[in-house]
This record gives sequence, structure tokens and C-alpha cells, in this order.
Amino acid sequence: MPSAVVDKFFRTNKLPQIWCPGCGHGIITRAITVAVEKLGFDRDKICVVSGIGCSSRATGYLDFDTLHTTHGRALPFATGVKLANPDMKVIVITGDGDCTAIGGNHLIHACRRNIGITTIVFNNNIYGMTGGQYSPTTPKFDKGTTAPYGNIDKAFDISNLAASAGATYVGRSTAYHTNLLISLIENGLKNDGFSLIEAISSCPTYYGRKNKKGDAVNMLEWQKDHAVNISAASKMTPESLEGKFLIGEFKNSPEPEYTSEYQKIIDRFNKE
Amino acid sequence: MKRKARLMQGNEACVEGAIAAGMRFFAGYPITPSTEIAELSSEKLPCVGGKFIQMEDEIASMAAIIGASLTGLKSMTATSGPGFSLKQENLGYAGITEVPCVVVNVQRGGPSTGLPTSPAQGEIMQARWGTHGDHPVIALTPSSVRETFDLTIRAFNLSEKYRIPVILLMDEVIGHMRERVELPDTSELEIIDRKRPAGNKEDYKAYKADEDLIPPMANFGEGYRYHVTGLVHDETGFPSNSSVVADKLVRRLADKIEMHKDDIIQWEEQNTEDADIVIVSIGGVSRAADTAMKMLRSKGLKVGTFRPITVWPFPEKRLEELAEKVNTFVVAEMNLGQMVLEVERIIKNKAKIERVNKVNGEAIYPEEIVTKIEEVL
Repeated sequence: MPSAVVDKFFRTNKLPQIWCPGCGHGIITRAITVAVEKLGFDRDKICVVSGIGCSSRATGYLDFDTLHTTHGRALPFATGVKLANPDMKVIVITGDGDCTAIGGNHLIHACRRNIGITTIVFNNNIYGMTGGQYSPTTPKFDKGTTAPYGNIDKAFDISNLAASAGATYVGRSTAYHTNLLISLIENGLKNDGFSLIEAISSCPTYYGRKNKKGDAVNMLEWQKDHAVNISAASKMTPESLEGKFLIGEFKNSPEPEYTSEYQKIIDRFNKE
Repeated sequence: MKRKARLMQGNEACVEGAIAAGMRFFAGYPITPSTEIAELSSEKLPCVGGKFIQMEDEIASMAAIIGASLTGLKSMTATSGPGFSLKQENLGYAGITEVPCVVVNVQRGGPSTGLPTSPAQGEIMQARWGTHGDHPVIALTPSSVRETFDLTIRAFNLSEKYRIPVILLMDEVIGHMRERVELPDTSELEIIDRKRPAGNKEDYKAYKADEDLIPPMANFGEGYRYHVTGLVHDETGFPSNSSVVADKLVRRLADKIEMHKDDIIQWEEQNTEDADIVIVSIGGVSRAADTAMKMLRSKGLKVGTFRPITVWPFPEKRLEELAEKVNTFVVAEMNLGQMVLEVERIIKNKAKIERVNKVNGEAIYPEEIVTKIEEVL
């Protein structure tokens, strides 16, 4: 249902979007709308919140209540929306820099609270909007415009970070593995608590060019060739997993959600 | 009707006023000397079906109240100097997106961590210009516990009416001082709610202002499906790089407050009719100014007081009028001279301007104002 879902959920009068040709973000944004369509949510009760960066511009194209906030702060804005109106389905769209550098503290605390927000991290391993600086997920020794001699920082594993901080649903997929991505987002949205889906994107313009990764197609092929589903990985040797990365459902362990726990406090006073 | 008198702290009166005004959401972070506002909010809000959350930091608290306000809940946060610095980022966001909310700053000694438990008024200029870019500001400065109650309600009302974050600029003197107060019955209060859109949801333009320059505001979750961004945006709410759109937006935001200045600005003056000397002060210092005036009057000196209740926008017109007949203005403030810059700008060379400043963490005493005035006479 490709074009139907775009027609239904995109503000088509705002298209074409601002992303570069070959950017993975369009695929991921569409995947979100497909998951929403499958779940049949009331679109008037969906709020999509984003921060600053390439990925965060997605909110402008999506026909829901949309909130394009400040750099790194999408999660605390979304926390306000969700706690104030728990009937709303709140989705956060953020990037690797937005979510794990400037917004890193907000991320771990949103995970810890298990508040009902589904966060989709568009991870393209670079700060695209500002022109290709290295981010917390730029692989070690890769280049960025602020790492001309190679990045010496160790990269964050966003999914594992979220899982250990307390997110109750965590998964990773890529722009290439769209069907898996859609099903992870769908499951994330079904989880009452905090869900994080890491969507590996591709930035041919900056990360690709700086690191000689080829064009957009080459970069999607790289995702196809290097992603290993977590279920398959358990049967593979460490040697055969060398240089690969895992995709799939990493964590699914529901716990009481934050706003419903708060409601219990309010209910104590209603009874009295 | 007989009212029950209570002994109450300024911070406590702030929460009472907020709830009376309709506050149903508070997000905060612990910081002295404003913490009682968070503590009391956490206790009282669930009793009225409201929500309290302690966020991971000051920035997040400011973000959360904006998110909550967009769903229709009246929202507030409270902080002090170091936290107020961190609020600035999203204060600007609330300004450009025109999301009503109230930010309390109980001022303590600065700079930096400074004197956490001592009074100061070091953020008069930060309240005006702390967040980047051109933007209007409303900041209210209570000088008693009862007035803290009243001005907290007014902060919510102005915020809802003009779709602007309103700063309640307290100081530690007022925040922690206890006074006997009688609070009014809620039925006596004027409560203002944001202007709501009329017409078809499909035709709603989130930032199309009426003639009063204020756009009606829909709540998230009601089916308007609109876009909010901190980028420069046109009347539909979507970002624009047009120089025409940018100019129009930034000017409208400023004009929105300028146009309604007479409705917003408040001040109090005493004994100005025959005054040769007028003491200008806000907040906790105004209490010392009152006593100083009385002491000097008893010595036969014609002294009056002028107290801006809205420090921003500053009661400019009235001060200008006073300058026609007053010889000397003495600006007393717990900083090295901030409000005096505004007074100098307005009065120019029409009258003499003297300063009383204190930054050692102690309140200004009446005797210090008296001494200054006797010196300069």
C-alpha cells in the first residue's frame, strides 16, 4: 500500500521533503505511517514529536498533531504531552546526535520511567543537517568534517543503551529491512510503556562521501550484507559475526507504564 | 464572609495561586530557594486531578510544561538562578510557538551557584534578554506573600490571554518570608482561558492572528492536526525561509505585547504627589523602601516610592510623567545596577538618578536607603 499510505498520512502539499536524494529517512518515515495504518489508531489522537536535525524534519510532513522542538529535547516535550493527555499515542522521531548526544540524558530517563512513548531513532551515524560532523554513533576511526583524521570516540550502541536504561520494548532494523522495521514499530506502538526502535539509515551525502561508502544503493546494499537477525546470530560463530551488526527484536518485557501509575495516585483522591 | 487567615510562605502562596488559576501540570527540578513550589505542587496537584513530574533537569522541565500546555493543561515550572539559565532555551521556544506557561524564578545570589540560600535580584535583565533573539517578555515581581498569590494567578491569566510564557520573578525574601494572609474565595477570582478557534478544523491556521495579534489556540488531540515548530513559520505554522514571513512573525510577536501594554503594565506608587525624591524598587526591596520612606517623611523629607509590579514591560509612561516633577530617583536593587539602566533610559537627564546596590547575600535594609538619600541631598 505504498502510495495510499503516503496519501493518507503525509501532508502531501509539503512534499517533496528536504532530504537529499538517496537518504534513508524517507523509507523510515513511511514505515512509521504503515505501522500506524496497520494498528488502525485514531489519527487525531496521535502526536509526533521531534527534535532538531535531518530526521526531526519528518514531523512537518506527517498529518498528525506534530511538534518540532529544540535540539535533543523531543523526549521531555513528548513526556509533557503524554503525561498531560495519556489518551494520546505519542511517537518521537529523533536522530543519533539529537537523541544520544545533546538529548542523551533525556533518553535514559524516558527509558527509566517507562512512559508510553515510542521513539524511532533515525541513525545515520553523522550530523547531516550541519554538514557531516561525527556523532556518538560514528564508528571509531571513521571520518567526519570534525574528525578529518578519523574519529577516536567509541560509538554508542543505542539499542543496548535503551534496553539497559529500562525501555521495555527495543528493536533495531534498517532502511533496507523495511518489513522488519514496520513490524518492530508496530510492536513498539502496541507496548504501553517506553519503546525504542533504532532504524539504521544512510547518509550518502556526508557519511557516505566522507568514508567512501559509495552511493545510496551501495549503502543500502551494505545494510543488507552486514545486518544479521538476532535469531540467526545465536547459531553463528563469533568469526562469522565479525564486522556484522544485529537487527531484530532485542527486548520485549512489558512493565507498568508511567502515566497509568500516576493515574493510580489521582484515583486515590477521587475515591475519598 | 469570614475568611480563614493563614501563616504562609511566598512559595506556598505561589502554589495556592497557581492551582486557583487552574494549573493542572507542573514539571520541575529541585533547586533552592524554589523547591517548596515543586514539593507543594507534587502534593496538591493529584488531589485536583492534575499532574506533577520531577524531570531529569531544568531544560526537560521547561520542555515538559510546553508539551503539556499544548494539550490544554495550564502548566508551570519553578526554579532559581542556575536553573533559570537552563530554562532560557525553551523559554524562547515557548515564545516563538506562543505556548502559554508560567516560569517562576525565585532569585538567589549569583553568579553561577553563587549564594543558594540568600536573596538577590540578579536576573532582572536575564528575564528580559536571557533567551536569544528578539522577543517580548512579561515578568511580574511580587513584594508580599499575598501579592505572590495574586500575581501567580495574573501570570497564568496573562499567559493564556496573550499566548506567551510569563515569568514570575520572585526573590528569596518573598519566597521564604512568612506572612499572615487571607486568601480570597475562588468565586471572587477572575480566571482567563486561552482563546479557542472557531470554524472548521480543516481550515484552522494555527498562527493566523486575529486583529488583537493573538492567534486562537487549538489543543493537541482535538483533531486540528497542526504543526508547531521553533523555526520561523507562516500563519499555517509551517517553516519558512521567506524574509517577509520572518519579519512579519518577529514583529507580530513583539507588537502583540506592545499593543496591549496598558492592559499588562501595573505599578504601585506611594506619596508621589508632593515627592521630591522617589525610591524605585521591586520585590523584597520594596518593603525596605516603604520603611525608608516613612523614616524620611518623619524627618520632613518629601519622599515617595515607585514599585513596578510588571518589571517587564516596564511602567515607562508613568515613570516619565513622574520625572517631570521629581528631582531625584533612588533605584534600590539587590544587584550591581540592572533596573536602574531601564530607569536611566526612560528618565534621561530629566532628574537625578542615584543607586543603592547590594550583592552580599543580605537584603537591603531601610537604613541603607535612608543613608544614601541623606548623603545625596
